[in-house]
Amino acid sequence: MDVNKELKIDTSCYHCGDPIEDTSYQLDSHRFCCLGCQTVYQILNENNMASYYRYNSHPGKSQKIQKEDLAYLDEPNIIAKLVDYQDEELAIITFYVPAIHCSSCIWLLENLYKLNPGVKTSQVDFMKKQASITFFKKEISLRELVQLLHQIGYDPKITLQDVVKEGKKLNQNNLIAKITVAGFCFGNSMMISFPDYFGMADFEKQYASFFGYMNLAFGLPVLLFSASDYFKSAWYSLKQKRLNLDVPLALGIFVLFFRSAFEIISQTGAGFMDTLCSLVFFILIGKWVQQRTYYHISFERDYRSYFPVAVTVLEGEQTKPTQIADLQIGDRIMVRNNEIIPADAILLKGNASVDFSFVTGESKPVEKVLGEVVYAGGRQIGEAIELEVVKAVSQSYLTKLWNNESFKHVEKKFETFIGYISKYFTIGLLLVAFSAALYWILGGNADKAWAAFTAVLIIACPCALALSSPFTLSAALSIFDKNKLYIKNTAAIEQMAAIDTVVFDKTGTISSPNVSSMYFEGALSAQEKSMIYAICRNSNHPLSREIIKWLGEVPLIPITAYAERVGKGQEGTYQDLHMKIGSASFVGTAKKEAEGSVVYIAVNNVVKGLFTLEQSWREGLSNVINSLEGNEYQLHLISGDNERRADALRMIFPNQANLLFNQSPADKLHKIEAWQNQGQKVCMLGDGLNDAGALRKADLGIAVSDDINNFSPGCDAILDGEAFHKLPKFFQFSKDAVKVIKMSFIISLLYNTIGLSFAVQGTMSPLFAAILMPISTVTIISFTSLMTRGYAKRRKLI
Amino acid sequence: MDIIFMLIGCSVIIALFFLGAFFWASKNGQHEDTYTPSIRILFDDEPQQVSEEEPKK
Repeated sequence: MDVNKELKIDTSCYHCGDPIEDTSYQLDSHRFCCLGCQTVYQILNENNMASYYRYNSHPGKSQKIQKEDLAYLDEPNIIAKLVDYQDEELAIITFYVPAIHCSSCIWLLENLYKLNPGVKTSQVDFMKKQASITFFKKEISLRELVQLLHQIGYDPKITLQDVVKEGKKLNQNNLIAKITVAGFCFGNSMMISFPDYFGMADFEKQYASFFGYMNLAFGLPVLLFSASDYFKSAWYSLKQKRLNLDVPLALGIFVLFFRSAFEIISQTGAGFMDTLCSLVFFILIGKWVQQRTYYHISFERDYRSYFPVAVTVLEGEQTKPTQIADLQIGDRIMVRNNEIIPADAILLKGNASVDFSFVTGESKPVEKVLGEVVYAGGRQIGEAIELEVVKAVSQSYLTKLWNNESFKHVEKKFETFIGYISKYFTIGLLLVAFSAALYWILGGNADKAWAAFTAVLIIACPCALALSSPFTLSAALSIFDKNKLYIKNTAAIEQMAAIDTVVFDKTGTISSPNVSSMYFEGALSAQEKSMIYAICRNSNHPLSREIIKWLGEVPLIPITAYAERVGKGQEGTYQDLHMKIGSASFVGTAKKEAEGSVVYIAVNNVVKGLFTLEQSWREGLSNVINSLEGNEYQLHLISGDNERRADALRMIFPNQANLLFNQSPADKLHKIEAWQNQGQKVCMLGDGLNDAGALRKADLGIAVSDDINNFSPGCDAILDGEAFHKLPKFFQFSKDAVKVIKMSFIISLLYNTIGLSFAVQGTMSPLFAAILMPISTVTIISFTSLMTRGYAKRRKLI
Repeated sequence: MDIIFMLIGCSVIIALFFLGAFFWASKNGQHEDTYTPSIRILFDDEPQQVSEEEPKK
C-alpha cells in the first residue's frame, strides 16, 4: 500500500495535483510541477502552516498562469473604489477569489494573519467564493495584500463592475421576514383554533370570542405585511388588463380575511384565520424556492468586467497606472504581454499581434503595423507595445457594440404554462362563484348565497397550483446545477422546453480552447528531440508546454546560450548545433499558410519542421449534434471565424443545417431575429463578446465557458464546457419538467373540484378548509420533487 | 379557568421573543453564510503546536 502511495505522490504535484512533466522541482521529499507551486509550499512551510496540506491532498491550484501587473493598486482613487470601508488605520476589502474550492482554502485564507501581521482578520464565505479581509493600512498596503494572495496562489479577481458583490440581498431578506411573520402567525393561530376544531363544551364557549379576536390579531399582520406583494402584483396585472395567478390568490386571501373577520366580530363563527395564515405561509415558501439564486455566478456581466481595472499610461519617462474610465484621448498607454487593449488606439511602438478571438470569434491573432488603429478588446500576445488612445473607452468600438440599440431589446416575452393557465383559471373560478351565489339567491336563501360565494373563492384559491411550478422547476434547477448547467432562473427552464432551433457559435463553443492537439510536420532525430525538450522546459509559454507534452519522455541534455525572445521564440546551443524554436520570421523562413498556432524548428538555420496547435472539437460534439437532430431540433452554426474548417463541420452537421461564416456580431443578432420571425424558438450557444447580442436576442441564450468564474457575456444560462456532451439530455429533461408541472396541475384541479363540491353547497367548515389546504400543499410538493428526481434518474442526470 | 388568558398571553409573549430573536439573527447575518461555519468548526487548533515543536527535536 505504502509503495502505491509513494508512486502516486511522485507523479503528481504535491501542491496542485497536476502531473509532473519536469523533474527538477523538489523540496522536503515532495515534488512539484512548477516553481510557483514549490514557492507556495515553501512560504507555508516556513510559516508553520503546513496543515494546509493536511486537510486535503493537493489543495492548491496550478501556479503556471502568468501574474498581472499590480501597480494600479497603489493609486488612492482606485483603492477607494475597491475597499468596503477604510479609515486612518484600518481597511476592509472583500475579494472574489475563484480559487476557493476546499476546506484547506478556508483554513489558509482565515489564517492569513499568521503569514503577515498586517492582516487583522479574514473571513471566507465558501459558497460565494469571497474572502473579506480587514488589514492595517500602515503595515500592509492593498498592493502588498494582493501580492501576498498571489504568492500563496489565491489570486483575487478585481474588476470595477463587481456584479458578484452587488447581489440581490435586500429583496431576499424582505421575503424571509414575510415568511417568518406568516409562519409565526400560522403556528399561533393554529394553536388557538384547535379548541374550536375539537368542539367546545357549553361553559367553554365564553372563551370563543377571545380566541376569535386573538386569531384576528394574528391574521392582520399576515394580510397587511406578508401578503402585501400579492395584492400589489394582482393590482398591477389588472391595470395592464391581464390575469396572472396572483389575481385569484389575492382574491382568495382578501375574501378569507374579510369573511373571517366578519364571522369573528359578529360572533357567527370561528372564521378561517389559520387557513389564511397557512396559505400565505406556503405560497411565500414557494416564492422563496423560486428565487433561489447563484451567489458566485453572474448572468449580467458586461464589457466592464472583461476589462482590467487600470492600464499603464506613459507620461514622458514615467509610467502611471490609470483607471480605464479616466483615460483621455491622446494618452500614451503601454500594453504588456497578455494584457487587454482597453480603448481604440494607434500603434506607436512594438510588434503588435492581437488576439481578437473574444471580440470577433476569429481565432488567429492579427498582426498590426505601426500607425494602424487597434480596436479595444483585443489581447496583445508577445512583447509590450505602446499605443496612443484615439477614442475614449465609452466611445470605442467594443463599447459601442455592447451598447448597440439593436442589442437592447425589450424583455423576453415568453409565457409560462402557469401564466397561460391562470387566465382561464380565474375566469372559471369567478363563473363558478357567481353561479353558486345566483343559485342560492334564486332559491331565496341570501345567507347561503354569501356563504357559497365566499367559500368558492376561498377553497379554489390556487395555492397548490402556485406551488407546483416553483417546486418542480427549482428541483430541476438543482439537477441542472449538479450537471454543471447553471440556469439563471426557473422561467428559463420552461423557455428551454419550448426551444425548437439550436444555433451554435464555433470558436470556444463547439471547439474547446483546452482540448488542443499538437501536430508535427517534418522529421526529428532523437538528439534533436532532446534539444527541443531542453530548450522548451525553460519557457512558461503555453506552446512550449504543449511541445513538452508532445515529446513525452526524452533524455535531458545540457544546452548553452539559451535565450528567450518574447513574442518570437527561443534558442539554445548544444555542441555545434544551434537550434531556434519560434515564429517563421524568427527562424528565418517564409510563412506557410497554416491553421492555428505554428512553431518552427530550425537547426543551424535549416528548418526541420513545424509544430501546429489545433483547437479540437469538444468531446462528444458529433453525438450531441446527432441526438439533437434525432429529437427534431433544427441546427445551425454562426461563426465569426473564416471558412477554413467548413468541410469538417459539414461532416458533423446535418445537410439542412445552415453553416454561416464571417458573421459580425450584428449579423448574428439579425440572423437569430430572422429565425424568430419565422416562428421558431431559438436557443443560441456562444461564448464571447461577439455572441453577446445573439445570446440576449435568442429565446434562450446559453454561454459556454470552461471556467464559470471567468468572464462570460450576459445570458440565461452558463454551461460548463465539460458538460457539453449532456446538452441533448438537458433539453429533454427541461421538457420532462414541464410535463411534471402539467401533471401537478391536474392534481391541484382535482383537489379544487373536491373542495368546490362542498363550497357550492355552502357547507364548508373551517376544519375542512384547515385540513384540505395543507394536504393539497404537501401532495404537490412531494409529487413534484419525486417526479422531477424520477425523470432525472431516467435521463441519467443523477 | 380564567388562568387560560394568562397562559395564552405568556405563550404569545414567549413566541414573540423568539420571533424577535430570529429577526435579530437575520439582521446580523446569521443566515448569510450557512456553509462555511460547518467546515470552520472542523479545524483543529493543535496541528500548529505540533509542527512548531517538530523541527526542534
